[in-house]
Amino acid sequence: MNFTTPPYLTQNVSVQRVMLQVLAALLPGIAIYVWLIGPIILVQIAIATAASLLAEAFMLSLLKKPLGLFLGDGSATVTAWLIALAFPPLAPWWLIVVGALFAIVVAKHLYGGLGQNPFNPAMIAFAVCIVSFPALMSQWPALDRQAGFSEQLALVLGTAPRLDTMSGATPLDALKTALKLGEGNTTVATILADAHNFGYFAGKGWEWVAVAYLLGGLWLWQRRIITWHAPFAFLAGIVLFSGALWLWDPAQFANPVFHLFSGGSMLGAFFIVTDPVSGSTTPRGKLIFGFSAAALAYLIRVFGGYPDGVAFAVLLMNICVPLIDLYTQPPIFGMKSKP
Amino acid sequence: MLQLFKFKGGVKPDPKKTPSVQMPIGIAPLPPLLIVPLHQSIGGKPNPLVEAGDRVLKGQLIGGADQWLSSAVHAPTSGTVLAVEERLAAHPSGLPTLSVVIEPDGRDAWIERTPLDYTALEPERVREILRDSGVVGLGGAVFPSHAKLAAAKSVPMDELIINGGECEPFMTCDDILMRERAEGIVLGSGIFRDLLKARRVLVGIEDNKPEAVAAMKAAVEKLGENFEVIAVPTRYPAGGAKQLIRVLTGKEVPASKRSPEMGVQCFNVATAYTAWRAIVHGEPVLSRIVTLTGNVEQPRNWEVLLGTPLKDFVALGKPKSDTDRYLMGGPMMGFELPSLEAPLVKATNCIIAGSPSLFPPPAPEMPCIRCGACADVCPHELQPFEMYWFARARNFGKTQEYNIFDCIECGCCSYVCPSHIPLVQYFRFAKSEIWSREREKNMADAAKARFELRNERDEREKAEKAERLARAAAAKAAVKKAPPESGSEALSGDTSVAVAAAAPLDADAAKKAAIAAAMERARQQRESVQPKNTEGLTVAQRKEIAEIEARRAPLQAEE
Repeated sequence: MNFTTPPYLTQNVSVQRVMLQVLAALLPGIAIYVWLIGPIILVQIAIATAASLLAEAFMLSLLKKPLGLFLGDGSATVTAWLIALAFPPLAPWWLIVVGALFAIVVAKHLYGGLGQNPFNPAMIAFAVCIVSFPALMSQWPALDRQAGFSEQLALVLGTAPRLDTMSGATPLDALKTALKLGEGNTTVATILADAHNFGYFAGKGWEWVAVAYLLGGLWLWQRRIITWHAPFAFLAGIVLFSGALWLWDPAQFANPVFHLFSGGSMLGAFFIVTDPVSGSTTPRGKLIFGFSAAALAYLIRVFGGYPDGVAFAVLLMNICVPLIDLYTQPPIFGMKSKP
Repeated sequence: MLQLFKFKGGVKPDPKKTPSVQMPIGIAPLPPLLIVPLHQSIGGKPNPLVEAGDRVLKGQLIGGADQWLSSAVHAPTSGTVLAVEERLAAHPSGLPTLSVVIEPDGRDAWIERTPLDYTALEPERVREILRDSGVVGLGGAVFPSHAKLAAAKSVPMDELIINGGECEPFMTCDDILMRERAEGIVLGSGIFRDLLKARRVLVGIEDNKPEAVAAMKAAVEKLGENFEVIAVPTRYPAGGAKQLIRVLTGKEVPASKRSPEMGVQCFNVATAYTAWRAIVHGEPVLSRIVTLTGNVEQPRNWEVLLGTPLKDFVALGKPKSDTDRYLMGGPMMGFELPSLEAPLVKATNCIIAGSPSLFPPPAPEMPCIRCGACADVCPHELQPFEMYWFARARNFGKTQEYNIFDCIECGCCSYVCPSHIPLVQYFRFAKSEIWSREREKNMADAAKARFELRNERDEREKAEKAERLARAAAAKAAVKKAPPESGSEALSGDTSVAVAAAAPLDADAAKKAAIAAAMERARQQRESVQPKNTEGLTVAQRKEIAEIEARRAPLQAEE
């Protein structure tokens, strides 16, 4: 007998639709990115997507899972786009491929595939590559020495030598290095006044990418793809920690707005800590998860050796998720007013 | 205006209710055959009181309630009983159930109906009448109503909720009943109010049924009652008893409690209506209003005799040619009927003809991505994805830690799941596994107890036998010592006389006999507490036993 089960009605939703909306929310950021450094980012996204889908197809066929169903779910594409956007835009192609392969093969499928991975695959890719190739992962294009598309392409494909003059540090890195070189004699204000690197409220140009991520994230929230808890807690954490140190010594610590719109803050808040699979699932758990990730990210970013700390912070918090979820189970219907 | 509360979660499926309320309630024609299952409610299985060949009248008791939590079943019309046998039930399992098959004679002749003034009766008597009239929850749960009509001893009954929520899409049987027979509902609710001594009566109706709200308000006013008729926001499952109680009173009844313990009780509108018919008109529950809708030419509500074969019933709606299935109940909590041979029962509130375009085949199941959409819509604020995880892993203890028994199986979680996981099925699976394990454990415990009792009995019998032998030996010895004339008397008399004679001679044996007698009394006492397997037999079984006994009697006489 053909066995059917209620409910016989379902909402028109699918994993694919969720993932497509996440991709759509990334589009404003990508558009600003293209305006900032050119269409090379689209090439990087294409490379990451191709590598991710190939790895996904390979793993699926190895595990004898239905290829069409899972390749089309869009999850590997989301991972790929996040990798491409988190990596330096002029990184050599193989670096992106290594990241994508590691994310899909190890971080995703070796842990059981879609829905089973305890760690955020894109952040695993970032962490693995920044530990293994710190120099390449720290080279960001110098915006005032903008290269043409063919030059950029040659860099990505590795057919031209990488020249130091063409790359720089991220705004966060630039600030940290300048403060270190200044040995207490220089202030954040004077460093940020340098129009070479810094814009209106954060990194020159990059601040607008962050604004675009914020808009995309708000759209996801409005579409109920994500809830407000984790992004709010993450951004609140950034503001709280950076604000406290900034008030304590404004000369040595950048203000909260700078931190909100620098590095991976906005991408992390709306596209990384909101990952349902590797993040916390309860409302209170999401708050704890987001806030703690922000604390760690800020500490690593300001006091650590890496240019940014979002990836490590998120991975560290991923480990804590089962515990957080266990202790933040919301009370159920009828059980709220327990004495 | 009463302040309304909110329940968390819920979904808003397309109501699709309009097509079936365009016409008034139709009276379904008498079918050629009625198949009346005896077990139509929660609780015990009523015993058949008729057998093949019996003539029955409309309203005649054909299945008697076998225990307190049980409900009587009646002949829906007059006619002849063709058989009392196992027939296919309107149940997803497709299993048969003991049913009374009646061939109507077309006269529809009633038994004598005795209207009652319930205010002059003991409440206990009114509850008995309701049980023997077959009044059960007609919202679909078919819980015997009389068992819900007692207030908790220590908690005053603050509110009686009359549920006209009807939140399932497609379904309109309560809507149309409220529109057309509001006064009966109000009068029935009055009976419930008096039995429960409820302070207030609140009638909750989803606000997508303005006609029903108006009709109920008018009836309340006309009858001079002080009931409050309240339109509640339309959101599935607002018509769930616990959700409606929450919305109207703010009280949340957990799975571990019964609502009277919190001073509230809830009845469906159709139940109130049938209670009024039963008490005030002496008419037991013989029919109900059923919505016939979906992929049919003529969607409509019908008043149908219980036991009407579903194939006869659905023909009334003229199903379209691409109909590929029939659902009983709503599309959220109903089930696909295994066969239309099954009859319509008290639980049948709605029959939906389905087609591939109306209910498309489910999309392939994907892994859970822990998005939490299910938790957002769960009206009991559970974490369905966690329960799913553990149910799938057969870690049933964990599912209970995540309160699986608070799940009302409303289907909201499956409705929103982007991975198209049949979550409710997983939860039903887990629940039934837990139940069957508990049953097995209870059975094992009972078997152990039986084994121990048997051992005890064997030992006792051995001891008694030894006792008898010893006594017989003692008696023989006594006879030898005694003069021959009294000896012959002792030998011809019964054993007790012999014992009496022997007793003074053997004090030890007497003590033992006293112990044996005490143990025998204890055993008899135990047995009288345990129900015998000769109780609660059907007419057929009793007949069979009588035949066997009749065959055995001459054989025994020959011996």
